[in-house]
Amino acid sequence: MSSILTSAVSQGLLWAILAIGIHITYRILDISDLTSEGSFTLGAAVCATAIVNNIPPILAIFMALISGSLAGMITGLLHTKLQIPSLLAGILSMTGLYSINLRIMGKANIPLNMHSTLLTNIKELFNLGKDRDAAIFLGIIVCVIVIIFLVWFFNTEFGYAIVATGNNDKMIRANGINSDITKIAGLMLANALIALSGALVCQYNGYADVQQGIGAIVIGLASVIIGEVIFRNRNLITSLIGIVIGSIIYRLIVAIVINSNYVSANDMKLFTAIIVAVALYVANVDFKKKRRPKKC
Amino acid sequence: MLKIENLSKTFNANTVNEKKAIQNLSITINDGDFITVIGGNGAGKSTLLNLISGTLPCDEGKITIDDIDITKQKEYKRAAFIGRVFQDPMTGTCADLSIEENLSLAKRRGKKRTLRLGLTPQEKKEYKTLLESLNLGLEHRLSSKVGLLSGGQRQALTLLMSTLVKPKLLLLDEHTAALDPKTATKVLELTTKIVEKDKLTTLMITHNMKDALKYGNRLIMMMDGKIILDISGDEKSKLTVNDLLKMFEQATGGEVVNDRMLLA
Repeated sequence: MSSILTSAVSQGLLWAILAIGIHITYRILDISDLTSEGSFTLGAAVCATAIVNNIPPILAIFMALISGSLAGMITGLLHTKLQIPSLLAGILSMTGLYSINLRIMGKANIPLNMHSTLLTNIKELFNLGKDRDAAIFLGIIVCVIVIIFLVWFFNTEFGYAIVATGNNDKMIRANGINSDITKIAGLMLANALIALSGALVCQYNGYADVQQGIGAIVIGLASVIIGEVIFRNRNLITSLIGIVIGSIIYRLIVAIVINSNYVSANDMKLFTAIIVAVALYVANVDFKKKRRPKKC
Repeated sequence: MLKIENLSKTFNANTVNEKKAIQNLSITINDGDFITVIGGNGAGKSTLLNLISGTLPCDEGKITIDDIDITKQKEYKRAAFIGRVFQDPMTGTCADLSIEENLSLAKRRGKKRTLRLGLTPQEKKEYKTLLESLNLGLEHRLSSKVGLLSGGQRQALTLLMSTLVKPKLLLLDEHTAALDPKTATKVLELTTKIVEKDKLTTLMITHNMKDALKYGNRLIMMMDGKIILDISGDEKSKLTVNDLLKMFEQATGGEVVNDRMLLA
């Protein structure tokens, strides 16, 4: 049981960064951004390729961040400058990224084998016995840094502008803000975080796979919604902490379900989709009294 | 000073649904003018305001503010000198942000958004004092989400936001039409208070002829995308609703005036 718990916590923490990225697009910008599926793999692809080419893991993760923000920028430009609906812009990026990811990796799967990663570094540094312990350690650090950064960022003038854009972009232009810039910036930030998550997960898994991102958006959404159910009265900080907890709970559910032998690992995607569908419905019913922006 | 020269806008050009919303319209608005705009449905009142604010691009013509040509400028750039309040109370504010956060966004109209704090403690005090002076009952609700306010309160807040940085031009697009009569009067009173205090150059669309006569120093009537009546000063203050109705009937060739225009 304890191994299930540590496994869920460690994976939950690393995947939480993905969910936070999804929260930024889905809840803050009010865009269902499918780029995530591609940028999550992109982060893994860039990170793994860098690591097997003996680039220090920290730098490899940084490169993944940058690559993710570029992916977000492409979607943002497609949406704002070419005026393609956001959902379709994300699908285009995601589809294009599949080929780009294969190009970067050169093959469908890159094992990290004996190469040193951030996880092995931490394990050695602190004399931790297991990869999972190192992952929990790393996950907590990264989540804390990301949450502190976002709380600061969304309290700046520019951060306010992004939040307001998702809320009412007509109002934002009337107040002299270029909503194209705020949308692009929001998408860049979200996808940078999603790629970061992809890079961390690939180090945890010990390989990068071109299929790694499939279902990422639904997994992220599941965490976001579980988080929202936990914290009903939420501000930015509680939302973000809720998402991290939501991500861990999601992993626990997955672990318990798989261990129960009723659901095979192959059915997990379907299972997740059903969880999210039910959770979205419940959330909608619950929050009906509160005014919410319409989702497309 | 706002100068509009030969402005034209056609919707759905070269189709069966072609609609010439604004036709070769020219007007000069002087500093400090408070103009009320009336006209029937489809007269082009809102389109005119949307062309001035840059929400819509114009087909032809030229718009200058203080000799700066803004015809080709993007909406968000023009916002630096134009304040706006919309008909829909939901449009002018962000529902999920608090009153003070909304005000802070408006406070920076026309400025670059930096990575400095979006809402400083000093601003909070400033907004509290401001709201206290206006007696809207909002001074104790600075951190409440705007979504919890009533339509009238949201319009009052939008009005405040649009004038927080003194605009060269204030555009009011039937900003009281969606409110109940009592609230509408309150918001209109607040409007005159703010406009007079800051001597704002204002264009206010209204469907209410009484209001059109009561407020402002100049009145224009629009029809088919043209200005068919432009009176100001003494001439305007002597005008009665009956005079206006006669003029309107003459201009439209006896078209029935809709009820909303007569309502007090």
